[in-house]
Formats: sequence, C-alpha cells, structure tokens
Amino acid sequence: MTKKTYINGVGCISTQKTFDTVFLEEAVVNENENVLKIVSPAYKDYIAPAASRRMAKGVKNGIVAAALAVKDAGVENVDAIITGTGLGCIEDSEKFLTAILDNNEEFLTPTSFIQSTHNTVAAQIALTMQCKGYNFTYVNGAVSFESALLDAKMQIEDNEANSILIGGVDENGAYTTALFKLSGRIKQDNQEPYHLLNATTNGAVYGEGASFFVLENEKKETTYAQVLDIEMINTLEVNEVENKIISFLKANNLEISDVDAIVLGFDGNAAFEKYYSELAQNAFAATTQLYYKHLCGEFDTASAFGLWMASKIIKTQDVPEITRVNSVTKPAYNTILLYNQLNGKNHSFTLLSK
Amino acid sequence: MEALKQELKEKIVTTLNLEDIAIEDIADNDPLFGDGLGLDSIDALELIVILDKDYGIKLVDPKEGKSIFQSIETMAAYIEANRTK
Repeated sequence: MTKKTYINGVGCISTQKTFDTVFLEEAVVNENENVLKIVSPAYKDYIAPAASRRMAKGVKNGIVAAALAVKDAGVENVDAIITGTGLGCIEDSEKFLTAILDNNEEFLTPTSFIQSTHNTVAAQIALTMQCKGYNFTYVNGAVSFESALLDAKMQIEDNEANSILIGGVDENGAYTTALFKLSGRIKQDNQEPYHLLNATTNGAVYGEGASFFVLENEKKETTYAQVLDIEMINTLEVNEVENKIISFLKANNLEISDVDAIVLGFDGNAAFEKYYSELAQNAFAATTQLYYKHLCGEFDTASAFGLWMASKIIKTQDVPEITRVNSVTKPAYNTILLYNQLNGKNHSFTLLSK
Repeated sequence: MEALKQELKEKIVTTLNLEDIAIEDIADNDPLFGDGLGLDSIDALELIVILDKDYGIKLVDPKEGKSIFQSIETMAAYIEANRTK
C-alpha cells in the first residue's frame, strides 16, 4: 500500500526572527531594503566553534534549521537528507573565484573551495547528525526545493524511507547581488519603499534563508500537514496557469472551491506579477490569498519559506494578518495550495492538507 | 622579529577564522597544532599558502612543515631566515 507523506517537524532561519518564536508574531516588513539579510540565531548553541569557523553562512543556517526541524519532529535521526539550493554557498564561491583572479591562478587555499560546492549543506548536516543514508542536493533554479520535496515524497510512498529531512537553502553573496542589480533581477537602489503587491517597477526584493522539514510516513502528534502532491513545470504562459491548476487539483480529486487558502509567490516584480494577480483577481477571488516574500525576500528556494508558513497555518489554524493579500476568511484552513514561479520560469504547485 | 610575530598572529586569526581566539591569547611558543591552537591539516595548507604568497617562500619538502609550523616563534624564525619578499 502506498504510504502517505506527513510534515512532522519544521525549522526555519530567515530574514525574520523565525526561531524561538511561535510563528510570525515578531515579523516586520522592511520596505526600505531591496536585499533582505538573515536574522541570525546563536550559531554557537548548535555548532561547535571549531567546526563553524570554516562554515559559510548558508551552511550554518542549514545546520541550525535542520536541527530545529529534527527537534520539532522528536526524531533522533533520519533515513535520508535531501536539500535544494539555487546558488549553493555563493559567498565562498565568490571568494574562491576572486582569489583565482586576484592571485593570477596561484595561492589557492582549500577552505573556500570546500565550502563552495552546492552539496556542502546536506553533507555538513549528515556529518553533524552522523546520518549515513541517502544524501542528495538538487540545483534546479526556483524548483530546487520542490525537486527535493518530490524526491522525498516518492521515496516515502515507495517505502524506501520512513523519515527524510528535506530543506531549501540559499544565501546572498555581495558580487552576485551586485550582478543581479545590474541585470535588473533585483530592484534598483533608491526606489524605496519597495511594495511587493501592485508593484510598478521591475525586479524583485531579494532575500536568503534556510527552511527544513522532517517528512515521515506516519501521522503523529507533531504533524503539521500532509503533502498531497507536487508538480513542476518549466515554462507557462500567464493564461495557461489557471487550467494547469485545475488539472492539478482534479488529479487530487479537488476543485478550486475546495482550496481554503492559496499561497502566492508575489515578489514585487511588475514584469511577472500577472502570473499571480490573474489568479488572485479571477479563479481564486473567493479564496483566502496569502503571500510571504515581503517577509523572506525572493531567492531560488524562497518557496520553502512558503511551505513553512503554510504548514504552520494548517497546524495552528492561525493566519497572520501580515501574510494576507485579500480579506477573505474561511472557517478552517485544511487545504492549502502553493503556487510559485521565478521570472516566468520554474512554476511549481504544492498541495497540503490537514 | 616582534613585529613579524604580531603580524603572523593577526594573519592566522583572520585567515583561519579563529573566531574565539584573540591575538593576545596566542603565546609565541604555543603549539599551533594539537593541544595548542588545535589547527588541522587544512589549516596547514593555508599556512603554506601564507608563506608562499606573503613571504615568497616555497616549501619544497613537506616534512619541513612539521618543524616550521610548531609555533609562532619557529614560524617567524624560518620566515626571517628565508623570506624573499
């Protein structure tokens, strides 16, 4: 019999204080920055100083978020670790590449090279937890995290694993951020306030973070939600999204009216806002609409923050005002659909239920 | 020589990201590896790069490293005697 996939533990390090908090009660919207920075936990509480001194920011955030998720789920170890990342440990990649240029391809030191690989986070978590199971990292742009989620769900359903730790991690790097500003991927400086809804300028407000989840094949007291389905599509036109969602829901014996809330990936980029606003104004006008990138910023694995938020809502039945796009409320939030895309590519639909 | 020792301590703390160690905590004769600063083999590679990049010294025989990198004192003495820049 096919097993079901439950989110039994969550951990999140983001540009909000999402540790040592219940949910988003301390969240603050920063409309004055076009690149949001991480709110750091006390890393020393989780990682020995001797180990952490070589770790990039993303690795540390990943280890702490993973530790929080594992503790939250009440498990000691997992059968597999799967992460998704768009740019990996980009800060150390930049350091290493800069050193190659500055030193005329000589004097290359090992530390930044070791940390510059994309699978460093999953590897360091495995070393910390002494997990010798399947360890994999997906680098698939804005569906990197969804790829990890789908892999884990398939392994759990096929009985290849009972518990899997998954996560999405990305960090800001100074040089990459400067390039993104030049290319228009990040909003231009000095255009604040940066509103994410009804945006009038192109480019997104960027961010960084690590969100981790313990997925298991049984429902427990700690369970947040069941992962019903995930679908990823590389390219879609605005007018194709609604029909894709209808087919996706139909495959799960659901209709739009069955969805209690839709979590949309509004990132302030006027050039691609129609992907979300068309749904918000038409097919999902009578549905509770939520967003989150004004809290965590845009990045390839920002959707993992969205999943963290949706999981919390299903478990607590609390919808923070700060996350609302419209004023529609529902008596209960038992079915939540997440839709995300980045610059018109890498569309993903994720369906959660109580 | 004292200035060189101070410079080496600063380089080691910065390059090796020794977050919990202040420069004044490092004595000239403290062992760099093992019980002293607790450096490891990756740090040894970083030290070799410092010798090459900043002082123009190429270590030809890796076995030499063991005596050169015993402490700040031994490192400074070796640099003083062999530096080309």
